[in-house]
Amino acid sequence: MIPAPFDYEVAGSVEEAVELLGAREDAKLLAGGHSLLPLMKLRFARPAVLVDIGRLEELRYVRDAGDRLAIGALSRHRDLQTDPLLQEHCPIVSYTAGLVGDPQVRHRGTIGGSVAHGDPASDLPTVLVTLDAELVVRGPGGERTVPAGEFFRGVFETALGPQDVLAEIRVPKLGESGWSYVKFNRRAQDWATVAVAAVVNGGARIALTSMGPTPVRARTAEEAFAAGGAEAAAAVADEGSDPPSDTAATADYRRHLARVLTRRAIEEAVSRR
Amino acid sequence: MATITEVEIGRVVGTSVKRKEDLKLLTGRAQYVDDIQVPGMLWMEVVRSPYAHARIGAIDLSAATKAPGVIAAFSGADLADDWQASLPTAWVPTEDTNHPNHRPLAVDKSRFVGEGIAVVVAETREQAKDAAELVAVDYEPLKPVVDAQRALEEGAPLVHEEFGTNRCYTWKLSAGEVDRLFAEAPVTVTERYRQQRLIPNALEPRGCIAQPSPATGEFTLVSSTQVPHVARTTLALVTGIPEARLRVVAPDVGGGFGSKLNVYAEEALVLDLARRLGRPIKWIEERSEGYLATIHGRDMAQEIELAATEEGRITAVRARLTVNMGAWLQLVTAGTPLLGAWLYCGAYDLEGYELECTGVFTTTMSTDAYRGAGRPEATYAIERAVDALARKLGMDRVEIRRLNFLSEFPATIVSGLQVDSGDFEAHLNRALEMLDYEALRREQSSRRERGDPRQLGIGFSTYLEMCGLAPSRILGAIRYGAGGWDAAQVRIMPTGTAQVIIGTSPHGQGHVTTFSQIAADGLGLAVEEVEVLHGDTAVAPLGMDTYGSRSLAVGGVAVWHACERVVEKARQIAAHKLGAAAGDLEYEAGTFTASDGGTVTVKEAAFAAWTAHDLPEGMEPGLESTCVYDPPNFSWPSGTHIAVVEVDTETGAVDLARYVAVDDVGRVINPEIVEGQVQGGIAQGAAQALWEEAVHDEDGNLLTGSMVSYLVPSAVELPSFEIDRTETPSPTNPLGVKGVGETGTIASTAAVMNAVIDALEPFGITEIDMPASPERVWRAIQEAKR
Repeated sequence: MIPAPFDYEVAGSVEEAVELLGAREDAKLLAGGHSLLPLMKLRFARPAVLVDIGRLEELRYVRDAGDRLAIGALSRHRDLQTDPLLQEHCPIVSYTAGLVGDPQVRHRGTIGGSVAHGDPASDLPTVLVTLDAELVVRGPGGERTVPAGEFFRGVFETALGPQDVLAEIRVPKLGESGWSYVKFNRRAQDWATVAVAAVVNGGARIALTSMGPTPVRARTAEEAFAAGGAEAAAAVADEGSDPPSDTAATADYRRHLARVLTRRAIEEAVSRR
Repeated sequence: MATITEVEIGRVVGTSVKRKEDLKLLTGRAQYVDDIQVPGMLWMEVVRSPYAHARIGAIDLSAATKAPGVIAAFSGADLADDWQASLPTAWVPTEDTNHPNHRPLAVDKSRFVGEGIAVVVAETREQAKDAAELVAVDYEPLKPVVDAQRALEEGAPLVHEEFGTNRCYTWKLSAGEVDRLFAEAPVTVTERYRQQRLIPNALEPRGCIAQPSPATGEFTLVSSTQVPHVARTTLALVTGIPEARLRVVAPDVGGGFGSKLNVYAEEALVLDLARRLGRPIKWIEERSEGYLATIHGRDMAQEIELAATEEGRITAVRARLTVNMGAWLQLVTAGTPLLGAWLYCGAYDLEGYELECTGVFTTTMSTDAYRGAGRPEATYAIERAVDALARKLGMDRVEIRRLNFLSEFPATIVSGLQVDSGDFEAHLNRALEMLDYEALRREQSSRRERGDPRQLGIGFSTYLEMCGLAPSRILGAIRYGAGGWDAAQVRIMPTGTAQVIIGTSPHGQGHVTTFSQIAADGLGLAVEEVEVLHGDTAVAPLGMDTYGSRSLAVGGVAVWHACERVVEKARQIAAHKLGAAAGDLEYEAGTFTASDGGTVTVKEAAFAAWTAHDLPEGMEPGLESTCVYDPPNFSWPSGTHIAVVEVDTETGAVDLARYVAVDDVGRVINPEIVEGQVQGGIAQGAAQALWEEAVHDEDGNLLTGSMVSYLVPSAVELPSFEIDRTETPSPTNPLGVKGVGETGTIASTAAVMNAVIDALEPFGITEIDMPASPERVWRAIQEAKR
């Protein structure tokens, strides 16, 4: 409930945030605060200083960028849920944002925060991996773009360096592709026990939530789909995953769920083409 | 004499008056403990053990003492001589019960993760919390024991070495020729169930402030408690503060569910520290702290056997309970399972009854009364076992219940208590009508035939419970340490509004509204003219507080009788003013009328009573009365609850699709408040069936220590409950009321689990441990398919 003592700085720009992050050991970025603050209140996280970028309205947008949509990292989940561009061109992001936490979380939490936190039980990272999204990172060396598939490195570990700020997320327009995100949890506001994202257009792109230390791209299932359809993909959906065992579920059961949910996700995606 | 037939019931009683409490609660203007600031106040932080079982070595407080803002720090040993008695246990069930001396801070050993080892007092909460991290404790870890059955095994680590065993007590009850009935029975079933440990999760965490008056030696304790009166008496014993100098205030209290029907270490500690330091001391529980150090519920292994005829007539029941009580006997730890000990016969007419209950110490937080307290466990066992018997006999779940129902009232149940009233056919029939049972069974058959991956299950719970705790004479006979009465004082002020001072202590139930309704009808006043005062021992010195669905059936009746006495005195005054004989006056809704048409209202009588210028010869001034009411019997709600579930047999997920509840809780004072209690109760019981479970690892660490991993369901997970009532007024009290705080929880766990098992009947599955999580259901299906 009561965090350990910490200092607090407000960044007026991304550049200033990068600078402030470099000025102190153990500095952490604060955006919506819905991942970091609970950890601090339990004293699991004890940053020396918080650099608050939550007021940088210039990072809160969804823009048409040709064959892609550009999403500002500080867009709230609720923004994504209701954004007309996303709803039209990349509805899987809108839909999935609406499954994150509860209404309070969705109004405060940001897509950038969720992605940068690197929790393998989070929904949006899996969707971004499925979409082959690009993540735009600004750091001391300027700007660089990281493919979503290379961004997530481990539990709470990402390609972000200590001075990096995730600024933008670029997702493709889906056009005629069918899509689905099937989330299995015990209560509506919970993290996924397992979830499966699928985008189908001729071939299938499939990724899994909570099936390993990062979002898991189910390559074997994608290949099996091309050869044998949904059932074939489902049968091998958990290959290459490394699911955890915890109070929510054992690894075995997660593997089973991944198979069942993959079939359901593909069937739903196909029905939406 | 004003008798009950003369005084009107039903003008305001029976209507859904809007809750008087809600304006302040809904607009954030309630006053919880944490809202209260006292000048000069210091904050206490408790250093808690990270070990379930460890010997405590050296405790170094020096760094904490030097930290910013710190006033003092104490170890358990430092305070050991301050305690005049153990933290209280109200119920020691047997003469040979092992009853350890429970100090507010551990001295020799830590016996559960979260037990208090030391305290730090500082100027601010943050300083206290930071300094507490600097307390260094040498622990020598010992082997923990988390499971009750393991704790009884030879060689198990001993929680309290002085007893040489982890067995706390064994309590037995038997009636009828049970052995003969079982020997002669053509059909028997034996079932084993596990009541998992639950965590109560009141919305408001615990908290308390002790304020000393060093000049007079008086202390005020403000605490988020259900039991200010019990706390005053027992904390006087623990601290040695004279009871008459200790005032306990329960301000607005945000829920309890039994978790605040207790007297906790922290309440004793803030009083003791206030005494030592001469300054007010405040402590507010953090949620994660509450998960560790506020009582847990249930945690019982049950074995139940039924003896029956081939036609399905049940003749006898035998039950054996092994209860995990945790490390210490909190207020009702030992007795909680016994609150259900008479109810393993359910709503049924049996000839033989045998129950054996063994309480066991383990290195975990204490279990204690949690909504329903013993009765959900009993109802679960008998309702599940009746289904098992029906399955064995190929009988319909409804018919087997009808065949065995008690049908004449008052009825003496086989365990020896008398049921006041009931009509079980009435609520069963109404519930079946609401459900459309036949249509659902047809749908179920067709899904079974086509092998639908979503299978349907229908589960019944036709429960009977005892509440309205309790006749003091019976409590004495079962070795409970207090009486079961409650008190009310009713006063009509000179200008005609009334004060009703009650001894029960609401924490969300709406007593202010309900008791206003009773007094409004009792005195012939408007609901708005009645003020209900409670929760402060200086204002309401007499009371036994709120738990066990007792407030209305005991405290509400006390209000009614006090009103009767006030009206009777007003009648004497009215007769005097009207020059008529008291017995000749007509009375209706607050007005006395003489045969000549002259009238005096109760309000006019009140003015006359307090001015006292012209009262009948020998009459004392004033218009007020106190009633201390001791109920002659428990009260006995009953009902039929039916759950309909859909089970996704591919994932194991259970969806609670429909829920029908028809309850008989006697006369209803405020239907909307009653419905609220039923709704919340059903949700809490369904939560045990499908979601909630406190899980410890082998080292005794609580793995489900937050609302992320301990799954309290929300409205989204539950259907809209379909609720109705039947009514057989209790003949044992003039209001005809029974109690409704726990019925939903008592009934619903069994109904939901019976539905889950019913859905899985095609797989031959007969048992799944609670909660029936998707994984457990899936595993049971996998196992069955082998």
